[in-house]
Amino acid sequence: MPLLPVPAAVPLSYYLILSAVLFALGVAGFLFRRSLITVFMSIELMLNAVNLTFVAFSYQHRQVDGHLFTFFVMVVAAAEAAVGLAIILTVYKNRGTLAVDEIDSLKL
Amino acid sequence: MHHLWLIPFFPLAGFLVNGLFGKRLSKGAVGMVAIGSVVLSFLWALKALFGLAPLETAHVERYFTWIQSGSLVIPYELAVDRLTAIMLMVVTGIGSLIHIYATGYMHEEEGFYRFFAYLNLFMFFMLTLVLANNYLLLFVGWEGVGLCSYLLIGFYFLKHSASTAGNKAFIVNRIGDAGYAVAVFLIFLTFGTLDFPKVMEAAKALPVETSAGILTGICLLLLVGATGKSAQVPLYVWLPDAMEGPTPVSALIHAATMVTAGVYMVTRSAALFLHAPIAMETVAWIGLATAVMAATIGITQYDIKKVYAYSTVSQLGYMFLALGVGAFSAGIWHVVTHAFFKALLFLGAGSVIHALHHEQDMRHMGGLRKKIPITFAVLTCAWLAISGVPFTSGWYSKEAILGAVHHHSPLMYWIGVATAAVTAFYVSRSMFMTFWGEYRGHAHPHESPPVMWLPLAALAVLSLAGGALFNVPHILEPMFPQGHGEHDFMLEVIGSSAGLLGIGLAYVMYVANPGLPASIATSLGGVYRLVYNKYYVDEAYDAAVVRPIVNGSRTGLWQFTDVWLIDGMVNGAGSLARWLGGGLRMLQSGNIRAYAAWVVAGAVIFIIAAGAIAGSQGGLR
Amino acid sequence: MDAILFFLFAAIAVISAINVVVQRHPISSALSLVGVMGSLAVLYLLLGAEFIAAAQMIVYAGAIMVLFVFVIMLLNTGAEKSSRKGRILTVVAMPLLVIFLGLVSYVIQRGFPDSPLVKFGEFTGGGPKDVGMALFTRYLLPFEVTSVLILIAIIGAVVLARKEMD
Repeated sequence: MPLLPVPAAVPLSYYLILSAVLFALGVAGFLFRRSLITVFMSIELMLNAVNLTFVAFSYQHRQVDGHLFTFFVMVVAAAEAAVGLAIILTVYKNRGTLAVDEIDSLKL
Repeated sequence: MHHLWLIPFFPLAGFLVNGLFGKRLSKGAVGMVAIGSVVLSFLWALKALFGLAPLETAHVERYFTWIQSGSLVIPYELAVDRLTAIMLMVVTGIGSLIHIYATGYMHEEEGFYRFFAYLNLFMFFMLTLVLANNYLLLFVGWEGVGLCSYLLIGFYFLKHSASTAGNKAFIVNRIGDAGYAVAVFLIFLTFGTLDFPKVMEAAKALPVETSAGILTGICLLLLVGATGKSAQVPLYVWLPDAMEGPTPVSALIHAATMVTAGVYMVTRSAALFLHAPIAMETVAWIGLATAVMAATIGITQYDIKKVYAYSTVSQLGYMFLALGVGAFSAGIWHVVTHAFFKALLFLGAGSVIHALHHEQDMRHMGGLRKKIPITFAVLTCAWLAISGVPFTSGWYSKEAILGAVHHHSPLMYWIGVATAAVTAFYVSRSMFMTFWGEYRGHAHPHESPPVMWLPLAALAVLSLAGGALFNVPHILEPMFPQGHGEHDFMLEVIGSSAGLLGIGLAYVMYVANPGLPASIATSLGGVYRLVYNKYYVDEAYDAAVVRPIVNGSRTGLWQFTDVWLIDGMVNGAGSLARWLGGGLRMLQSGNIRAYAAWVVAGAVIFIIAAGAIAGSQGGLR
Repeated sequence: MDAILFFLFAAIAVISAINVVVQRHPISSALSLVGVMGSLAVLYLLLGAEFIAAAQMIVYAGAIMVLFVFVIMLLNTGAEKSSRKGRILTVVAMPLLVIFLGLVSYVIQRGFPDSPLVKFGEFTGGGPKDVGMALFTRYLLPFEVTSVLILIAIIGAVVLARKEMD
């Protein structure tokens, strides 16, 4: 007898909703954080949320392809992290700050 | 094949060499190239003509098809007949002499190589004009010589009057060229071809038009073109101003060759004109009006080159008079002799101007007989020739013209004789003011170098003997049979005495009684002022044509169409885009988070829209 | 058992993710992110993705996050300072985000009303062998392209970082 009336298994849509929640939190981090590094981490969070969706659908279709997409996303994330962090270093070197609302030299 | 293309090619090559590399060449080399190319062209023309003699019919050389479009086929064809042969000799022969003279005259000038490049280019276009076998190729030469004329009139382009004179010549010529172009269109519409032989053949088959018809229209439009190029009433106004150019240019282009292009073109189109009597009559009257008007203006001018410029206009009027009465060969004869003595007059005047360090006002000359004797001697030859002293070149051609005119209309004849007297008078006046009396200037006159007076001497011989040497009507007999104008001794006596009367009158007024001209001028008062101010033609054109166009352009085209309408539309579009962009720019805050918020908003809108579409199509799945 | 594991690690993931967003110091955010990634690895395992779960731990939680932490320590920027600039954005974007989440959840619920239950061990096609077979056959070209991508990323990183040296 389980303590709580917990079902033995959860439907796949729960995974998808979890993914949506994580993605929304990633967007929230992107929107509300000022530090460029945290913003960058929020992007990683969003990527992870999407990865979860891929794996979930891969389970539903009983196919390995979703895993491969996830794998490729990881590769891209790794490359992105390397370049992105190098950019962050350069920006910090040149401007002395990582606050995104102060880095606005693209504005007219 | 006689390789006629080489005749215009030599000057073109000279133009390319001098135009491209002239800056790096020495003056001697530039002169050698320029003279050499023209002399080669002259020699080749001679060789070709000897090879082609007796040239009873035209010799045509076809090189390639220039334009082919539907039924319009324009070959690049050069042709030589007796008329062309005469023009070739005049253009290349006198051209060579003037090129030689110019190397001396222009020696101290800036842009020496530029001058000769233009001059050679002019020779190329003039020879193309003369050799062309269809109206379009002739037009190429026609426009080309106009271009060179413009470039050379404005040769001293730093001088404002020179550049405006160049513009004036160019614009006035455009009016005539428009007429010529329309005439060419009409010829193609009527005959379906532009080749001279075919057009003339077809024209001969048409009946003579007693009232205005298509041939009359074509001929009048051709005449418009000729009045522009050959400085006839009403488009003669550019030629006196063209004297702003260097004197060799005045001699070559504005006296001997280019301005006779109109005469040549009308003669070339003789078959058309002969079938349009109304046009012929118009040609005659325009020629006569030009001759009288320009001759009277010539009496009152003090600038030596202006006198000769009006004299040129007047003599061209004579040629048109000859064409108008059907004496084409007499007209061409006058082209030839006029080329001799008018080139000599200009070059002699250039020599005087050169001797006096660019003094052109005759009131500051006088008594130069002893100081520059060679110039005086050669100018005397030209003077006698233009005055029509018996057995000089001018006498022959003028008597031929007057004889034909008398046959056509005695009224025109008497006006022509009077004009001949006036001609003799103003040329004598210029001679007496320049060479007789006391020297009134301050410069120290010096004789010109041999490179200048040797061509003058050659021209002097031609001026005196050219009429007897080249009996043009006889040469042109196969083309223009001399039906009338048998030598009438009485007419010749009248014509000759008119010339001598003019000389005598000038002697009385300017040598025997130097005070007489001034008192006559004051007693004539208004009439004198009218003539002295060239009948106010320039002023009238300015008020009637130039000012309305300038004002209309300024208010109508510039201020209304351009500034208000076009600029308004363009600026309106621009400011609309600016205004919209200014609004949209607010979105570009430069803040990355604002962008992200827009992306989220977009995603929300997208999901709602996708859901709405899916819902309208029966829900998801 | 599966449901308990899911709820447990889903809760850890969401709490860690919230922590990523609310923490002021980047190092706290980074460590919270490691938590998210670890719990996600467990969820991958539940979904039968053995290889991906391992890769998630090694590549993400291991390599990438170490890189993050390294940069954070290198720059040593300290805690974030609050500013007034983002206030209006918060007011506007927060409801927008909630609407977004609600919409996506609604679409998922509507789209998968009777999605299958996830049982551990039901799908076994996610092992290293299966992934490897797919990767080196059907996905060979993309795989090779990623190698080029990584090479470019390395060069890019070197070029960017070299500027710092001089």
